[in-house]
Amino acid sequence: QLDFWLSPRGPGYPVDVRVPFPSLQPLKAHLEANGISYSIMIEDVQALVDHERTEMLRSRRRLPLSTNTFDYAAYHSLDEIYTFMDLLVAENPNLVSKLEIGRSTENRPLYVLKFSKGGTNRPAIWIDTGIHSREWVTQASGVWFAKKILLDHEKDEGLASILDTMDIFLEIVTNPDGFVFTQTQNRMWRKTRSTHSGSTCIGVDPNRNWDANFGGPGASRNPCSETYHGPYANSEPEVKAIVDFVNNHGNIKAFVSIHSYSQLLLYPYGYTRTPVPDQKELHQISEKAVAALSSLYGTNYKYGSIITTIYQASGGTIDWTYNQGIKYSFTFELRDTGRYGFLLPAKQIVPTAQETWLALKVIMLHARDHPY
Amino acid sequence: DIDDVGHKYHLELVLEDVLDKDSTVNCTAEVLYHLGNKNIAPDVQFTIEGELKNTDEADNMFYNRIKSLEKELVAENIPDSHGNVSPEMEPIHLLAWVASGYVIWQNSTENTKFQLAQIKHVKQVKRSDEYLEFDYMILLHEMVSQEIIPWQMTVLWHPQHGVQVTQDSRQPKHASE
Repeated sequence: QLDFWLSPRGPGYPVDVRVPFPSLQPLKAHLEANGISYSIMIEDVQALVDHERTEMLRSRRRLPLSTNTFDYAAYHSLDEIYTFMDLLVAENPNLVSKLEIGRSTENRPLYVLKFSKGGTNRPAIWIDTGIHSREWVTQASGVWFAKKILLDHEKDEGLASILDTMDIFLEIVTNPDGFVFTQTQNRMWRKTRSTHSGSTCIGVDPNRNWDANFGGPGASRNPCSETYHGPYANSEPEVKAIVDFVNNHGNIKAFVSIHSYSQLLLYPYGYTRTPVPDQKELHQISEKAVAALSSLYGTNYKYGSIITTIYQASGGTIDWTYNQGIKYSFTFELRDTGRYGFLLPAKQIVPTAQETWLALKVIMLHARDHPY
Repeated sequence: DIDDVGHKYHLELVLEDVLDKDSTVNCTAEVLYHLGNKNIAPDVQFTIEGELKNTDEADNMFYNRIKSLEKELVAENIPDSHGNVSPEMEPIHLLAWVASGYVIWQNSTENTKFQLAQIKHVKQVKRSDEYLEFDYMILLHEMVSQEIIPWQMTVLWHPQHGVQVTQDSRQPKHASE
């Protein structure tokens, strides 16, 4: 019944062993009879285990009791983020509410935070993060944005004036199934977790599943591919939920979908080289937004249409939203440019979120000043 | 465009020291991607204007540290999920970066953009000569396809003789999980 914590390797190497009580005397006798020296490292292992257990229970109850004690400079689990959302709403129910817009493939709720100072169906700004689950700095930034809106909604002139006439919708974990998978099984998981008959491969690229030249070049029809577009447009509940929300709302004026990495600010189209009619305006906004972003820490961003700046992609989010009439449709690719890539150190979360927020404000202010 | 040969690019770049952002050096390069055959690495000619920093001290410290280890070095997930790299593992990380550069060069076309995503596993291989040898399993991220590609590479290093990739092979997708 001996439980070796440091296994025998050979003569001259120490061995650590946990000895159940009944075996204690026989083992001591055996070692002494063979001239093997020993020392007791832990008198009572059970006592240690019991102590650790109580400590763990205590620290689990030490969950952040407010959004002020939440650690924004760390990566969090899905449960922690969902708890954060509830805390945020509880702290300011007049400003923030939580909406469930659907359920994921694995039946996780899809939550959107609504920031509103009133009115009915005001023109709105949509921001989503975490649509690709491995892009962890995005969900983390989403959490920071939520807190930022709460902190600044009265004292920041720009934000206050935006909220006077517009609502902000923020979906922090757009792909919760993928997110959980990155935490439990594969840190590099990008897609959803849907299954498809005829293949053992799982998941659809949620940024190829939209109804904008769906199935065209720049997406794959191979279910095992990272850019698999899915069996048909909006097949993914995570995508369908947003489509339904946008259509039902009917008054979204700016739509920003956030990814990492590459440090880019992009506008449509991804599926064709034909420029969008509003190309000039979107380009100018991008220039201003990127300048604002860089002003904080000197982070360099490039900007342009998806197809000319990054690559051809069809079935993409903002191609669809633009074609629905949401003129101010943008995609961000946040830090970095490849040194850490998806594995961005947690200490870069807050600086990334801070600089990105400046760019978002430029977009939001422009939407406010140019109603359509 | 060079008829029947391929596409040639003339580049002017600035190299920035990853460990010292203020240290930069200008570089010009010519890259020729060969037509058709995807199995030939692009030709690269380059000129560095100026000198690269001397790293002898840090190199020798790392070399001696590894040489004096009782057990062969073994590590995994560098950086970890949260982007952390311990100080002792930083040189291992940088070595992988350099070696993966060779692998990336050998496998690049005009339609690929590779980055080292992570070291899944690294194991030191004992040698009787003066070289250090490491067996790496890395993950490469290819930007256009967005694929994560496991790749094995055997890396030799010596402070005076530099880096060599003596063996490398692409692994099947599930090899890393």
